[in-house]
Amino acid sequence: MWKKRVLALLILILGTGVAFFVFQSEPRLNKNYENTKSFFKHHPFRLGLDLSGGSHLIYKADISQVPTGQVSDSMNALRDVIERRVNLFGVSEPVVQIQEGGFVSGNSDEKLIVDLPGVTDVEKATAMIGQTPLLEFKTEAPKDTPREVTVGKDGKINLDTSPQYVSTELTGRYLKKAILEFNPTTGEPQVGLQFDDTGTKLFAEITKANVGKIVAIYLDGAPISTPVVREEITGGTAQISGSFTPVEAKQLVGRLNSGALPVPITLLSRQTIGAILGDNALFAGAKAAFIGFLFVALFLILWYRLPGLIAVLSLCIYVIIILALFKLLPVTLTAAGIAGFIISIGIAVDANVLIFERVKEELRSGRTIADSVSAGFSRAWFSIRDSNTSSIITAIILFWFGTSLIKGFALTLGMGVLVSMLSAITISRMFLYAIEFVGEGKVARFLFSSGLSK
Amino acid sequence: MFVIKNKKIFIGISIVLVVFSLSVLFFFGLKAGIDFKGGALTEVSYKDTRPSQSDLSGPLEALNIGTVLLQPTGEKDYIVKTRDLSEQEHASLLKTLSQDEQSPLEEKGFNSIGPSVGRELTRKAIIAIVLVSLGIILFIAFAFRKVSKPVSSWRYGIIAIISLLHDVIIPIGIFALFSHYLGVEMDTLFVVAVLTVLGLSVSDTIVIFDRIRENIRGQAMVAKINFAETVGKSLEQSFVRSICTSLTVILVLLALVFFGPASTKYFALMLVFGMFFGTYSSIFLASPLLVWIEEIQAKNKENKKKK
Repeated sequence: MWKKRVLALLILILGTGVAFFVFQSEPRLNKNYENTKSFFKHHPFRLGLDLSGGSHLIYKADISQVPTGQVSDSMNALRDVIERRVNLFGVSEPVVQIQEGGFVSGNSDEKLIVDLPGVTDVEKATAMIGQTPLLEFKTEAPKDTPREVTVGKDGKINLDTSPQYVSTELTGRYLKKAILEFNPTTGEPQVGLQFDDTGTKLFAEITKANVGKIVAIYLDGAPISTPVVREEITGGTAQISGSFTPVEAKQLVGRLNSGALPVPITLLSRQTIGAILGDNALFAGAKAAFIGFLFVALFLILWYRLPGLIAVLSLCIYVIIILALFKLLPVTLTAAGIAGFIISIGIAVDANVLIFERVKEELRSGRTIADSVSAGFSRAWFSIRDSNTSSIITAIILFWFGTSLIKGFALTLGMGVLVSMLSAITISRMFLYAIEFVGEGKVARFLFSSGLSK
Repeated sequence: MFVIKNKKIFIGISIVLVVFSLSVLFFFGLKAGIDFKGGALTEVSYKDTRPSQSDLSGPLEALNIGTVLLQPTGEKDYIVKTRDLSEQEHASLLKTLSQDEQSPLEEKGFNSIGPSVGRELTRKAIIAIVLVSLGIILFIAFAFRKVSKPVSSWRYGIIAIISLLHDVIIPIGIFALFSHYLGVEMDTLFVVAVLTVLGLSVSDTIVIFDRIRENIRGQAMVAKINFAETVGKSLEQSFVRSICTSLTVILVLLALVFFGPASTKYFALMLVFGMFFGTYSSIFLASPLLVWIEEIQAKNKENKKKK
């Protein structure tokens, strides 16, 4: 008897501890968040894009030029390149993942999904993701090359400078790496280039042939630097000293280093959720969860009395466990995911209701409270198992086949059903056994009955 | 039990509801959202005053991006529905909506889905529906492998599936009404709702059938058991818990409908109807059907004996 009570007390203490963890690790709840230990700070709720605001991009990779055996390799390379580019934004926790084509999706398209939390300026983002920085080296064209002068609508005269230079073989392809440098005399940021072996050879040839002339460096089709060559350069290094800000120079270095995309991509669909919309959804979700919980708790206590109170207690522990799991695993919460969690609160009670109804019947058939409780638990188990199996089947299949939106729902619902089976059966039982002291009086019988009966 | 006595009335009610839902579905149909057919949805909120629809319609048409549907929401917001848009088209749409910066606005959300993504989702949804149905049918077959007389086990399974169809068709019919009168569109969550109803509603039926089996087994010694009475008794024992468990789920779902995020509102509402009719069918449809089948079987037997 005392053993059981100690055990129940232990569970309560443990539950409180976990609740403390959930609270401490949540910046929205913990006012003293800045000063909490880093362990807590590492476990906030991970919010999906529809709650945190951000962009969700789906790209199609054109793999028609890739030999069949190398598709997954080049997709991985693509993901790495995009990941490097995305990291340049300084986005916290961007997600770049490959979605393979095949039977389920119905076509052989290889897709790349890019999630950028907090980024709502997608125009800029997609430009940076999709663009291959095209680095070219051009030499002066012969003097007599005709130059085109056009008069624009607004009366301005445009001098087309492009024929001024002719392309060479040297491009960003032969780049080994780019680094951020600062000009030792002026202190201006500049981008240092280091060529690979072929690049070094080409650069040496070009500089040798053009001593005293301009070798223009083009980025994305526009000249960014037009230095005059003084002598042949054999070391395989060059500097671009456009008038960069340090940030621009750093971004250019990053983009040059991230390399070209191994396969061309096109944007299939994109979704942007503004921060306000996300905040509203998050707040509404939390509110609905809280009110739903209150409804259920009220119903349980009014209808099932003492066992109902215990069910509420074990429901509290269930909620705490699930929230802690969401943080620790971690589970990315979306609006649909929160809906799954809320529904699981309703389902979690299911097992308790099954047990209590059984207990009530056993009481009616004249057993003692203790006997009724243990019979109720053992007999209700099969019903609990059967009634939850179908939900678990649905959750598994939804998780398997779903898009990220559906996955969030399936995961929280499935986890909810599994954890609730545990909490309803073991935790409720432990608490019910622990309060056996109420004895067999009229009051006790009233407390263990339910509904409208007296 | 009064449900069993009046079983034909309750079976009749269910038939009427299902026929009604099917005809609503047939005549009104379901509006596919951009998740399935592709398209773009732009949500903007004006900082000061919202320009009227007629002021915007002219310039929007000039954009040449097909039909643009302006749907006012809230006090200063518009939801703009178009075909799927490229970056440039999206930018020029925003520019037009802000009347060239005359009426400053904030873009709250933008969602553009290419038609191929929509087709893929449709295919996925169909496969998921088929698989979930198969999974649940297999589970029902497994759960009822041991029941025998007087109604053979596969009949329990078939009845469970009939009531499952009933539980799914009625909410879909109601959704078709919403779709027709309120312009609610079928999205990914709609499919999830249908599948979740499949999972949730069958469990109720199974628990009641479980009880019937248990009571039949308990009476194995008695030579002649009255099947209708046993079913009635089982119903009496389990209908309170059936209603209670559904009620708790419906309570949380209602909280989700009224207080939850806008994106899951109709999803939760679908589930409310699914739960409600799931519970209704396990008490007022599945069990009466079971008794009805047993009576038909008994009659056939007698007829055979007479011959």
